Amino acid sequence: MPFYRNLSIRQKQIAWAWAFLAVPVLFYVIIRFYPTGNAIMISFQNWNLLGDRTWAGLENYQKLVADPVFWKVFKNTFLYLIIGTPISLVLSFIIAYQLDKVRFMHGTLRMLYFLPFMTSAVAMAWVWRWFYQPVPTGLFNNLLAQVGISQIEFLNSTSYALPSVLAPAVWAGLGFQIIIFMAGLRAIPVSYYEAARIDGVGWWTVLTQITIPLLRPTIVFIVVFSSIGFLRIFDHVYNMTTNNPGGPLNSTKPLVLMIYGTAFDDFDMGYAAAQTVVLFLILLIVSLIQLRLLRSE
Amino acid sequence: MMKSMRMTALAGLASSAVLCAGAANAVEIEYWQYFYDARVDAMEQLIENFEEANPDITVKMTTFPYADYRTKVAAAIPAGEGPDVVQLFYGWLNDYIEAGLIQPLPEEAFPADQIDEAFFPMVQAMKRDGQYYALPTAVRSLALFYNERLFEEAGIDGPPETLDELVEDAKKLTKKDGAGNITQVGLTTGMTAQDHHWFREVLIRQFGGEPYLDDYRTVNYNNEAGLKALEFYTDLEKTHEVTSSSFMDEPQAAFKAGRAGMHIDGSFRVGSLADMRGLKWGVAELPVGPDGTASNYSSYWVNAITSKAEGEEYDAAVKFMEYITSDEAMQIWLEVVGELPAKPSVGLTEENANDPVYGPFIRGLENAHTTIFANESAQRQVLMDMVARTDIQGMPLEESLAIAAEEEQKAPPLPLRRSSHPRPSP
Repeated sequence: MPFYRNLSIRQKQIAWAWAFLAVPVLFYVIIRFYPTGNAIMISFQNWNLLGDRTWAGLENYQKLVADPVFWKVFKNTFLYLIIGTPISLVLSFIIAYQLDKVRFMHGTLRMLYFLPFMTSAVAMAWVWRWFYQPVPTGLFNNLLAQVGISQIEFLNSTSYALPSVLAPAVWAGLGFQIIIFMAGLRAIPVSYYEAARIDGVGWWTVLTQITIPLLRPTIVFIVVFSSIGFLRIFDHVYNMTTNNPGGPLNSTKPLVLMIYGTAFDDFDMGYAAAQTVVLFLILLIVSLIQLRLLRSE
Repeated sequence: MMKSMRMTALAGLASSAVLCAGAANAVEIEYWQYFYDARVDAMEQLIENFEEANPDITVKMTTFPYADYRTKVAAAIPAGEGPDVVQLFYGWLNDYIEAGLIQPLPEEAFPADQIDEAFFPMVQAMKRDGQYYALPTAVRSLALFYNERLFEEAGIDGPPETLDELVEDAKKLTKKDGAGNITQVGLTTGMTAQDHHWFREVLIRQFGGEPYLDDYRTVNYNNEAGLKALEFYTDLEKTHEVTSSSFMDEPQAAFKAGRAGMHIDGSFRVGSLADMRGLKWGVAELPVGPDGTASNYSSYWVNAITSKAEGEEYDAAVKFMEYITSDEAMQIWLEVVGELPAKPSVGLTEENANDPVYGPFIRGLENAHTTIFANESAQRQVLMDMVARTDIQGMPLEESLAIAAEEEQKAPPLPLRRSSHPRPSP
């Protein structure tokens, strides 16, 4: 190996660094970048999974823009985001803030809040689906009927179905966000609080002037993370509406479910890929905007 | 002693020679179907019987999960690796013929005019230009399941025979709590289950219509008959209040739980109902329409010879096809799988036609229709949405029906390889 012997120590170090890096780089290229590029290419083609791929140009995107179901689904996806993210952010912060002060059974309480996050989304969605059933099977409607209030058609309604599906999704994500918030709260130096106490500042000022500003990186992380989660919502919706996926009348259908249906029920891979590219762009734009807005000056 | 030993050796030699000769002539054909316990058991029995009668042919069965089956078959046959005899859903036939994946059944062994007579009439959907391409062993149809205990409790002496009686009985069977919430439905409904078939092939015809024209290429229910059928169907929930489509999540769950007086479902439901303890149920033919029209929906899986089978394999495949469409095979299939015989000669025997459970399904086959779907799940969705628009959004029936007819006409056909044949517009 005369070539290797002639290298300087620094060059040898670089060569070795690349040799070790090659494994993850190759992995990423094959597992992530190649399929992504392929999906973008398919979005400009017609393909039914079995036959040949034929070029379609912008046909799939034109179809998308003209498809009323797509716009309905687009709106639903943003409703999941706009309702879900703030609610889960506020709830998880309040719980984490209070939990941080509790000493009694702290570990048990934290575990209880984290439990839903570890539960399978499928099992959880089915349990909630049964909660929402009309009398005589549904828990909520049975309670309503007992106090003499008329039933609510939670899932069989174009206006209540989306919030009903969203509720367990918010609940399931809370545990994770609470843990992150608690870690963030613990990371704030105690000296700030001590200084505030010496100055005799009230709790509200402490919260708004010390805690929240210093939690900014945590908040950014949670907002970005949960936004992506709600934009990609699928398993809760699919399992709570399996009889009529995304129904009734597409009122709960998110983009990912539409992609799934187009690809694996109708085998229209090109159209499904075009929807995927749109989803990718939405995720990218939303994440960039949030990072920009929440970045500290 | 010596002599007898020599004799045994000779006999051994002779028999091994016969075995060798047998092996030289042996043909192996491959059979594919999707995996479902009872169907695999039944087919194993059929193969055993067939191999006994034809010692020079062996049949190798391969099964696949239902979800992958369609794509597996389509990918394997053109590659020359697929089965010689294959099981297909009746609705796929056109695609398979056009893609050249299956060949017509030979006229000598399967003369079209004899098959026309021997099989139930809906099997004629498997004929193209006077030649049969595929034949079923068994078929399925719809019937009315009823809860005998609830009928007794409500003082009804037998299942309803007409749609009017259906509504009257359903009223007697419905129970509500103090607040007016339904706690027991007279009849289950839900387009998500079998009701979309009941609506298409039964109700529309009973109200004087013909759901599709032009070999199921043109939707034909946006008219008076379609409107009357939709009115009848939605009135069950809205006017008569004998049902609720979201009741207990799924129609069959409500019937199994003993919370439904009547339930329309396919013969394939019999097995899971038979296992329910404490549920006493009976089966009756679907109620007839206002003018006495009886109709039913039938679906089935067929067997066909693929284009891969040639020469010896082809001859063996024809023999195998003959056996699995024979009366004997149909009786075995009925007993093991619980699916109905495809020929009146087996189905309408005294014993089968009067069977308290299978009888109503088998009798229903005489006036059954099979819908030729372009994309069954998309077409089911159209009818689901049609009812949801009237139910949730209060849209007038005429308007919702017109939208449904238009959407179903546009339902995208499922692609299979390169053969795509869009539905011609009306």
